[in-house]
Amino acid sequence: MSDIPTDLGYRESHEWVRAIGDETAVVGISDHAQSALGDMVYVELPEAGLSFEQGDACAVVESVKAASDIYAPVSGEVIEFNSALEDTPELVNTDPYGEGWLFKIRLSDPSEIEGLLKAAEYEAKQDG
Amino acid sequence: MTRKTALHDAHVAAGARLVDFVGWEMPINYGSQMDEHHQVRTDAGMFDVSHMTVVDIHGPQTRDFLSRLLANDVAKLHTAGKALYSCMLNEAGGVIDDLIAYFMDEEWFRLVVNAATRDKGLAWLERQGAEFRIAVTEHHELAMIAVQGPRARDKVHTLLEADVVVELLELKPFNAVLHDELFIARTGYTGEDGYEILMGAGQAVSVWNSLREAGVMPCGLAARDTLRLEAGMHLYGQDMEEDVTPLESGLGWTVALNDERDFIGRSALEKQIAEGIQDKLLGLVLEDRGVLRPGQKVITPAGDGITTSGSFSPTLQKAIGLARVPMAAGEECAVEIRGKLLKARIVRPPFVRNGKPCEGLLQGLAG
Repeated sequence: MSDIPTDLGYRESHEWVRAIGDETAVVGISDHAQSALGDMVYVELPEAGLSFEQGDACAVVESVKAASDIYAPVSGEVIEFNSALEDTPELVNTDPYGEGWLFKIRLSDPSEIEGLLKAAEYEAKQDG
Repeated sequence: MTRKTALHDAHVAAGARLVDFVGWEMPINYGSQMDEHHQVRTDAGMFDVSHMTVVDIHGPQTRDFLSRLLANDVAKLHTAGKALYSCMLNEAGGVIDDLIAYFMDEEWFRLVVNAATRDKGLAWLERQGAEFRIAVTEHHELAMIAVQGPRARDKVHTLLEADVVVELLELKPFNAVLHDELFIARTGYTGEDGYEILMGAGQAVSVWNSLREAGVMPCGLAARDTLRLEAGMHLYGQDMEEDVTPLESGLGWTVALNDERDFIGRSALEKQIAEGIQDKLLGLVLEDRGVLRPGQKVITPAGDGITTSGSFSPTLQKAIGLARVPMAAGEECAVEIRGKLLKARIVRPPFVRNGKPCEGLLQGLAG
């Protein structure tokens, strides 16, 4: 059974979002996603300053097994990416909700946060 | 409806992540494919490869038939248990399948062929075999466990009777022995020493459990793929296919053209040689950050090529791959990944042998 913290929002495509105040959020991938992808070996993250609409492909995580697109779970401008993942991409496996975060984004539409899946809804999608 | 091997319940109990692999529900990993990979390189791991197809050819014309069927020459096989790696070609010289043929006796050879190509491979065998006095028997009742790694043989030996161990200690690579229900071959698909063991499906669980107790770690097909890639071994459907010949696939060494033997595909290969072989299959090491995958464009001063296999090498901690490139290509190349050109080097496989990075790769990798 994968870990799904209840204080985060989720997308069906397995990204999580942690709101920090009203304007920014941290983005990562869920425990379920990292477990399915397996050992991470390379993460390609968006540079600060790039803007994405919700649902845009914005990053790529590569495990030994496969490359997988990451879709922006909310719209906005990237303000920081997790540079630790350049040398230690396995943080995505060992701590997907903490040290394995991918990037921080300045929200262009904070109301999108409310539209994300709740933990129970995300869990239900996995079972189905 | 996916098929299950005799070890299916044992995989579930061991926490395997199971996937559909050409119609079989097989373990992709038991947690971390990286750990499983290292386990095989440094100690001993085992793979359930019961999905592979085992076919016996019996009859007075078995040798004649295989001499016609295979691009490598079964005339090299005379001692019981000796194995030969070969491609099976179509008339155009394209690869229908790659397989291992074991000589058992003059009227009995055993073939181990790919699961992914079972149907077309068996159909081809039946069709080509129709002109020969032979019988083709597929063995559904067998299970197969590959035990691989520097300590694999020692660990297998702890489970066997002393007289069998004596025989196994003498067994040379690419040879097999048959002992009652056990067919033990010193072969593999990892670049490490070890055995591939065929047994009755009813014995599989007890052999598997005994091996676990002897310290052999269950490993999934994902680790098997990175291990074979590091070893420079080819995968059917990626590194060779029906529309390419072995000569364009780095498998010229498996084609025996030295006498007048009339094997299927020979004339096409000779024509290709006469006209000039355009492409070769070699290894790639990615120097920039990223991961090689099959199907990426390889740009060389001699023209473009394509990756046929690619992954991250757990031993080298770099992306490696196999690529079909123009014959005139040298070491220098770039690989296009998501629109970016990344620096790579063309090298001669294998990348890793017996747990160690291969000579020649080290220098470049250190730099």
